[in-house]
Amino acid sequence: MLLVPCPNCGPRNSTDLRYGGESHARPDPNTASPAEWRAYLYLRDNPAGWLRENWYCASGCRRWFSIERNTATNEFRDPPLPGDKRGGAA
Amino acid sequence: MTMSRQGVQPTEVIDRAAKLRFRWNGKRFSGFEGDTIASALAASGEQIFSRSMKYHRPRGILTADYWDPNLMVQVGDDPNVRAGHRLLESGMDVRSQNAWPSLNRDIKAVNGLLGRFLTAGFYYKTFMRPQWLWPTYERVLATFAPGGKIDLDTPHAYHDKRYTHPDVVVAGAGPAGIEAALAASSAGASVMLVSHEHSVGGHLRYSSAAADQAALAELRTALDASDVEVLTDSTVTGRYEDNWLGIVQRNHPVAVERLIKARAKTLVAAPGLIERPYVFEGNDRPGVITSGAARRLVNLWGVKPGERAVVFSANAEGDAAVADLERVGTEIAAVIDGRTGGSISSTRGSSRAVDAVVADGASIGADLLVVAAGWTAPTSLLNMAGDRPVYDPAAARFFPSDPPSNVLATGGLAGDADLDGLRQHGAATGRLAASRAAAVRHRLQARTARALPVDGDEPAWAPDERAPLGRDPHPELYRADTHGMVDMSEDISSKDLVAAAHEGYDSVELAKRYTTATMGPSQGKLETVNTVAAIAEARGETISEVGTTVWRPPYAPVTLGALAGRMFEPVRVSSIHPWHEANNVSVIQAGQWLRPDHYGDPAAEVRNVRRNVGLIDVTPLGKLDLRGPDVPKLLSLLYVNKWMKLGVGRVRYGMMCAEDGVVLDDGVTGRLGEDHYMMSTTSSGAGGVWEWVENWLQTERPDWQVHVTPVTTAYASINVAGPKSRELMSRVCAGVDLDAEAFPYMTVRQATVAGVAGCFMWRIGFTGELSFELHAPAGHGLRVWEALMDSGSDLGVAPFGLEAQRIMRLEKGHFIVGQDTDGLTLGPSTGTGSLIKLDKDDFAGKPELAWAADRSLPLVVAIQPDDPDVVPEEAAQIVRGDTNEILGRITSSRYSPTLNRSICLGQVEPDLAAGGTKVTVLLESGERIGATVIDHHAHFDPAGERLRG
Repeated sequence: MLLVPCPNCGPRNSTDLRYGGESHARPDPNTASPAEWRAYLYLRDNPAGWLRENWYCASGCRRWFSIERNTATNEFRDPPLPGDKRGGAA
Repeated sequence: MTMSRQGVQPTEVIDRAAKLRFRWNGKRFSGFEGDTIASALAASGEQIFSRSMKYHRPRGILTADYWDPNLMVQVGDDPNVRAGHRLLESGMDVRSQNAWPSLNRDIKAVNGLLGRFLTAGFYYKTFMRPQWLWPTYERVLATFAPGGKIDLDTPHAYHDKRYTHPDVVVAGAGPAGIEAALAASSAGASVMLVSHEHSVGGHLRYSSAAADQAALAELRTALDASDVEVLTDSTVTGRYEDNWLGIVQRNHPVAVERLIKARAKTLVAAPGLIERPYVFEGNDRPGVITSGAARRLVNLWGVKPGERAVVFSANAEGDAAVADLERVGTEIAAVIDGRTGGSISSTRGSSRAVDAVVADGASIGADLLVVAAGWTAPTSLLNMAGDRPVYDPAAARFFPSDPPSNVLATGGLAGDADLDGLRQHGAATGRLAASRAAAVRHRLQARTARALPVDGDEPAWAPDERAPLGRDPHPELYRADTHGMVDMSEDISSKDLVAAAHEGYDSVELAKRYTTATMGPSQGKLETVNTVAAIAEARGETISEVGTTVWRPPYAPVTLGALAGRMFEPVRVSSIHPWHEANNVSVIQAGQWLRPDHYGDPAAEVRNVRRNVGLIDVTPLGKLDLRGPDVPKLLSLLYVNKWMKLGVGRVRYGMMCAEDGVVLDDGVTGRLGEDHYMMSTTSSGAGGVWEWVENWLQTERPDWQVHVTPVTTAYASINVAGPKSRELMSRVCAGVDLDAEAFPYMTVRQATVAGVAGCFMWRIGFTGELSFELHAPAGHGLRVWEALMDSGSDLGVAPFGLEAQRIMRLEKGHFIVGQDTDGLTLGPSTGTGSLIKLDKDDFAGKPELAWAADRSLPLVVAIQPDDPDVVPEEAAQIVRGDTNEILGRITSSRYSPTLNRSICLGQVEPDLAAGGTKVTVLLESGERIGATVIDHHAHFDPAGERLRG
C-alpha cells in the first residue's frame, strides 16, 4: 500500500486519504464552452509518468494537498514539508 | 514402500515421552508430540494419503512439508489442512479428502481410463456443449471436485489483526535469514524474523552433519539473546507498495490465525530453495519422494522411509539423503547420478514396489525412489516488488535480477556458498538492510510534523557492497516426453502441457490458465519450473526464451478468516436511543446509524401526528456549524439558490448540485447570528457534504474566511410535529416567544428547553404539519425527549419513526435525494427548477444547469394509481400502453393513512409530466395498472396551510 506524504500528518497509508485525481483548473463557469467544461469534468491525461494530483487527508488532518507522483513507479517528487500547506490544489 | 519409526535421532523434533492419540479415517492411530500429521501416519506405515484431483490416482508423501500437494486432509471441520505441516494434536479426527468410498478402493479411479477426456483444457472442451446440459455437468463435476467438506455450523473462530512498523522484516529463517536478522538488530534496527516452519534453522534442521547442528545451536542461542522478534509458523504472504507486508501468523496462542500488516522499511527475502520434483512416468506414485522428504522423515521424526531405495541424485543434498537412509538401515539398491548423465524414465511394479527404470531400460527393484533433481527459487516476494528473475541454465534455476533497493535477497535465493559463505552474505545483507532502514526512518520522521525532531541530514543510501554469492553448476533435468506429472495438485502431465502448446497455448501465461498448471494449492512452488521447461521443449526453445509466469500474492494460501479478522462494524445511535429501546422500537439500519423505524404501527403514528403531536428522533440529520464573514458567499457557491440576503433568525431551503449539474444534497440552513450559520444536510449526505464544503474552501476559495465544524452528533435532533406541537413546546421552552407572528414558518430561534440551555430550533416541516425541529446539546437529548413525552401526555404525544415520516413526506410530495433522484438527475428534474438562479455569478454546476434549462428533462411528479388500494413497487416501470417502452418509473410509493389511498412519486418523460396525464405502471407481477399524474407534488394539503399555522 502506497505511503502518501501528507504535509501535516506525515507519510500515511493511502487508505487514510481520498484520492482527488489529477489536478486541473476549473474553467470560468460564465465563459466555458460545453467542450471545455466537460473536459474539466471528465477528461484526464492519465500519463505513465509524472502527474500532479490532489489528495484529501480524510482520516487525518482533513486537508487537501497537491503533489507530483510518478504513476509508473509510485515515486513522489518534492513532497510538501511539514507546515507547507501547498493546498490550493488547482 | 513401508515406512516405520526408528531409534532416536540426534536431530529429531519429537518428544517420544508424549504420545498423542488421533483418528485417521475413523481408525485409531498414535504419534508423538512434534510429529506432523503426515509423519505420524508415515511412522505407522500409512502409504496413501489422498487421491489425485482428476484421475483419482493414489498419492503418498512427496515432499513431507508445507508444499506437499498430496497431503491435503480434513481435520474435524477444517478442510484442506496440510498434513505435511500441521502439527499433530491429541484427539484429532483426520480424514482423507477426494476419495470415495475409501482411500484404498476409490471407484473414481476409473477416471484414469477416461483420461483422454480429461486432458489439457478439459474444462473448456468436455462440458461445453450442449449448453442446456450444463446444470447436469455441474452436478456431476461437483461430486468429483477436490477439497474437503465445509461444515456450515462451524462456530466463528477468533481471528485477529495486528499493525506494526518494524525497520527490517526478514522473510525466511535459514542460516542466511537468521544472520541477516541478527546483524540488522545489532546495527540498531527493530527486526521481525518470519519463519514458515515451526522452528528456525531452515535446512540445518534436518541435516545430520555435526557442523550444521553446531551452527544451528549457535544461531538459535544468538537469536534468543537478541532483540529480534521471531515469528514461527508464519508466512510473509505478500509484498505491496512501499514494503507493506501481509504476514499470516498461524501459531498465535489465542487467535486461530493473526494477519499482521507490517510496514517494513526494508525487506530481506531469504526463503531458501524449494526442491522440485523430477518428471518421469509414474513420478506421482506413492514411494517416489524428494531427497528433502527423505531427510526430513529420517532426521526430524525418526521415520525410515523405505526398506530398499533407489536414489537419483544430481546434487549434494541427494548425496546426503543416501547417507541418512543408510544410517536408519534402508538398503540402497542403486544411486543414479544425474550429474554424469544418469536418468530415470519411469517406475514399474505393482502395489508397494516402485522399481526404477533407468536409461538403458533396466529395472532396479525398490520400494522407495528418492529424487534430488534440482531447485526452484521461490522469488515470489521479489516478483511482487517488481523484479523479473532471470533463468541461468548453468545453475538450472532462476535468480533475482534487479529488485528495488529496499528489498534485498540473501541465502539460496541469491546464490550458492558453503554454510560460512551463506552466513556471511546473510550478515552483510542484514547490515545493509539496517543501514537503509535508518535512512528511510530518518526521512519518514523528518516529514512528520508531530514526530520527534531528527538530527542532521538524512543518512546516505548505503551502496550494495556485498560480495556476491556463487552459483553452483547443476544439470538441467527436465523431460516433456512422458506422462509424468508436472503438477500433482491439478493432475497435469508434461504431455498435457505439450498438447496445450501444440493447440496454440504456447505462452506460459496462456498455458497456465488453459491447463491450470501451477494453480493448485502448492501455488506453483513445486511446478513452475517444470511447467516452463515443458512449454520450452514443445516450442523448441530455451527456458530463458519462454520466460516464466509472474508469482503474485499470496506466497501461500491465506484463509478468508485471516483476511476478515475480527469484524469491526461501528454502529451509531443517538443519545435518545435507550428510550426507543425501552419502548418497543423496531430499528432500521441507515448507513452506520440505527434509527427508529416504527413503534408498532406506522399508520397510527401518522394519524397521531396529523391529529395531535408526535416526536421523531432525527439526530443523524447532518449539521455543519459555519462561522465567518464569508459564509453567505460559500452558501451561494454551493447551493443553486440565493443566500446573500438571509436575515438573522431566518431559515431557507437549499438544493446542491455537483459540477455536472446532478442533484447532490438538500436541506435547510439557518442564520443564528451575524456571522453564524447552521447548515443541515440529509442524513446520508452528512459526511459527503462536509468534504464537499472543505474541498471548495480549501482548493477553490482558500482566501475566504469560513470555519466549518461538523456538529451532527453534537446535537440530539427532535422533530416535534402536529397541530398541538406549539402547545407542547410552550410547556417546555423558556426564553423564546413561540407565537406564530413572533416565530413564523422558516425561522430559527435559540432557547432553553426543559432547562437545557444552548438549544436551537427551526420551524420547518418535512411532515407537512406545524412543527418545530429542536436541536439540543447531545448529552441532554434524552432529558429533553423525556420532558416532551411527560409534558404532552394529555395532548396525546407519541413517538413516530422513520416509516411514518416517509409516509408523511410522501403525502406532502417532498422528494428525497437518492430515493427520488439518482446519479443522472439534473437539478431542474426535481421540479424545483425555479430555485436555480442562473443570474448568480458562480455556483457549483452552473454551466450544466444553464444548458439544462434549455432542454426538456425527465421530471419528478406525484402519481396516484387509479385503484386506490394498489401500491406499485418502488422502481416499478412506467411504460407506454401494452408495450415495454419505458417512460419513467415509480421512485417512492406508500399507502396513505391520511388519504386512504395509494400515493407515489415518480420520474417521467417530460411529455407525461402535465397534471391529469394517464400513465401505465408495469408491476413486478407483470400486471399493468392505470395511474394519473397530479399537477403538484403534494397529495395532501397542497396549499401548505397546516405547516404555516
